Amino acid sequence: MSPATDQRTLLTAAVAVPAIVIFATGLLGMNLLMALILGGFVAARLFFPDDRNVRIAVTIGAVIWAVVLPYMHDEAGDFMNIATLILAYSVMALGLNIIVGYAGLLDLGYVAFFALGAMMAGWFMSDFYANAGSGGEGVHFLVADFTENLFGIHLNFLIVVLIAIVVCTIAGMIIGLPTLRLRGDYIAIVTLAFGEIIGRIVANGDQLKYADAPLIGGALTDIFGQGAVFSGGREGIGPIDKIWFPWSDEPFEALNLRPWYLVALVMVLLVLFVNYRLRDSRLGRAWIALREDEVAAASMGVPLVKTKLLAYGTGAAFGGMAGVFLASRLSVVNADQFQFFFSIFILAMIILGGLGSIEGVLIGAGVLVYINFKFIPDLNDKPREWFNLDLDLSELSSAIYGFLLVIMMVLRPQGLIPERRRKMELVEHVGAGATTGVGEPSTEPTYEARA
Amino acid sequence: MEASTEAGRLPVRASTWERVRGWIGEYGLIALLLAMPVVYGIQDISDDGSLARLGNNIVDGLSNGAIWALIALGYTLVYGIIELINFAHGEVFMIGSLVTAAWFWGVIGLSEQTAILGLIGGLLLSLVVAMLVSGTLNVMIERVAYRPLRTAPKLAPLITAVGMSFILQNVGILWIGGSQEGVPQLVDPQKELFSIGGVQVSQGDVLSIATTIPLVIILTSFISQSRMGRAMRATAQDPEAARLMGVNVDTTISLTFLLGGLMAGAAGLIYALYQTTIWYFQGFTAGLIAFTAAVMGGIGNLQGAVLGGFIIGIIQQISDNRIGGEWTPAVVFAYLVLIMVFRPQGLLGEETREAG
Repeated sequence: MSPATDQRTLLTAAVAVPAIVIFATGLLGMNLLMALILGGFVAARLFFPDDRNVRIAVTIGAVIWAVVLPYMHDEAGDFMNIATLILAYSVMALGLNIIVGYAGLLDLGYVAFFALGAMMAGWFMSDFYANAGSGGEGVHFLVADFTENLFGIHLNFLIVVLIAIVVCTIAGMIIGLPTLRLRGDYIAIVTLAFGEIIGRIVANGDQLKYADAPLIGGALTDIFGQGAVFSGGREGIGPIDKIWFPWSDEPFEALNLRPWYLVALVMVLLVLFVNYRLRDSRLGRAWIALREDEVAAASMGVPLVKTKLLAYGTGAAFGGMAGVFLASRLSVVNADQFQFFFSIFILAMIILGGLGSIEGVLIGAGVLVYINFKFIPDLNDKPREWFNLDLDLSELSSAIYGFLLVIMMVLRPQGLIPERRRKMELVEHVGAGATTGVGEPSTEPTYEARA
Repeated sequence: MEASTEAGRLPVRASTWERVRGWIGEYGLIALLLAMPVVYGIQDISDDGSLARLGNNIVDGLSNGAIWALIALGYTLVYGIIELINFAHGEVFMIGSLVTAAWFWGVIGLSEQTAILGLIGGLLLSLVVAMLVSGTLNVMIERVAYRPLRTAPKLAPLITAVGMSFILQNVGILWIGGSQEGVPQLVDPQKELFSIGGVQVSQGDVLSIATTIPLVIILTSFISQSRMGRAMRATAQDPEAARLMGVNVDTTISLTFLLGGLMAGAAGLIYALYQTTIWYFQGFTAGLIAFTAAVMGGIGNLQGAVLGGFIIGIIQQISDNRIGGEWTPAVVFAYLVLIMVFRPQGLLGEETREAG
């Protein structure tokens, strides 16, 4: 470690560690001790970026930290609510990160997978299909005793997650198919269109009667019962069953957030594992090669079709998984949730955090969930509280949100924690972006700069 | 590239496949676009014995499409020059509606009772105001949200664009509230002017097409003939080379945003007159539809954007009238996906590196 980098690391740590501790305690409401430990992890990683033992120790420590975290806080408190949401959205952001960050396929329709996952929960974890099952008794499989007596189709959460993963993987590949010949922004347009189409179908799904479907109408009616339709339309579907596992007595409660948090944590750990392993695998390298230069990747023998479709499929599967979880947590599946805004919300997390960088994506998810679900709602009474002003900020919420997006991007266009490879290109002028050599980034616009 | 390797292995089958592919590329999209009018035309003839209903759909579609065409021009100009999807463009259009309908008409005292001469003068004046306000706004957006990020990764300006769009929507909410507001019916858009064979042409139709066509002609001749237009085309082709030739790239990009904003402002005024309601969220849907139109015509191509706008307008009107308005966005976007499959470069676009 040369003196120059040492100084730089010190500076980064001096800014980043207090910032994280203050963000976690002051804004999120985390326990001070837990926040300090978190800061310690970050500092350890900053000072020993390449030390394998430190990395393993920090990883194990962070997992234990994350498991202990809910027991240090009020089980129904604000912090637990935000923490659970951050985890659930992190799953989606990490999924989208595979498509956009690794493979470089700009996807503006990620809401489609959230919608499909949530719809699976609506179909298979509620009384929506009230006439399903022989004699209209409903279909039950591995559910809590209390749920056994309800109408409709009720399957175990884990089974629904599996169904959602399969459905979303297939849907992701289908959506990917028309984009295979396209590049850049054209992919964005097609995915955006699919996102809107699926949103529309869910919103108007109460008009789609299975009995009217050609050929398979009869079979669908047998499965889902008389008069079954595709979705609840604007009314939505609810209530969705709470998560229940065979080893727990009762389903999860809305007011005890610890089990919800732990389930979300398991999902995040799973997704993180997949992300890290994929990034360093043959497939992950193929994705990054594809992102950097498609023609060069193809001529080095990367199978374009397979590689692209696998990116879409993997990313979509995580979106579906998080969709089932959020549907069960919010207990409702409503067409209004599936707006274009949602895709942008997730995309903003990964761009803000730093495209392709796993740590960055997690921080991006944390910051944006905090802004969207806590900062802006909390802001409303602040003028009165602080300045005794009679000003209602709830009317300004989307402007504040937009303003924060603009400011964050203008101040740090490469994201909070840029991926190492990209950082080298952008700041240190190694490889593709090299123009002026040492020191400052080039001030001349290079219009070629691509994501 | 793919084709040549395939041709080396399987010469005969590959050439047939190539021919089929070429045919689909050439005519597939046109067949696709004609499918809906033709199907409903046949249905009309067998039901009513005339094409009047389809004709009415097309006339209404054209006048709606004129608005989308004007907005699409802004998307296509900006994309052509800096390869950015300007997500805030729909909001610039919305502000164009608001500034006239919610403010300027009140200032100059324009109402349903105004006499015809005053009305025409007032409307021309509000056209100028709407265009100037939207144009300036678009230039300011570029200055604040896109220019600082010109060296940044390509996705960064996309997020600031979305941020600007939220801010402008909020301006709309603060200005007229969160619900759709009725505005004075200065020109009764439904009033029938004349009808040909059962196809009614109303005042609104004439108004929107008669405003759009001259604007488009002025814009295209400005870009193709003036010195500044030439600078724009040079910058679009190769910014670095244009700079070396003495083109001020920053000014040219600002000019592009100004022109796009002017068109969006005009569209905003026509929209307020034609729909007689304004809404803070109108720009979002309009933006997506107009963007689809720009892509359909071939993004970066001005004539294509106008053509795409009219086609989308007709598709939308037929779908509103026959399938139901709640399905229209799905129909429009399904068309968009099919266009991307059959002819990614759009109707009039050239084959590019991005959409090869």
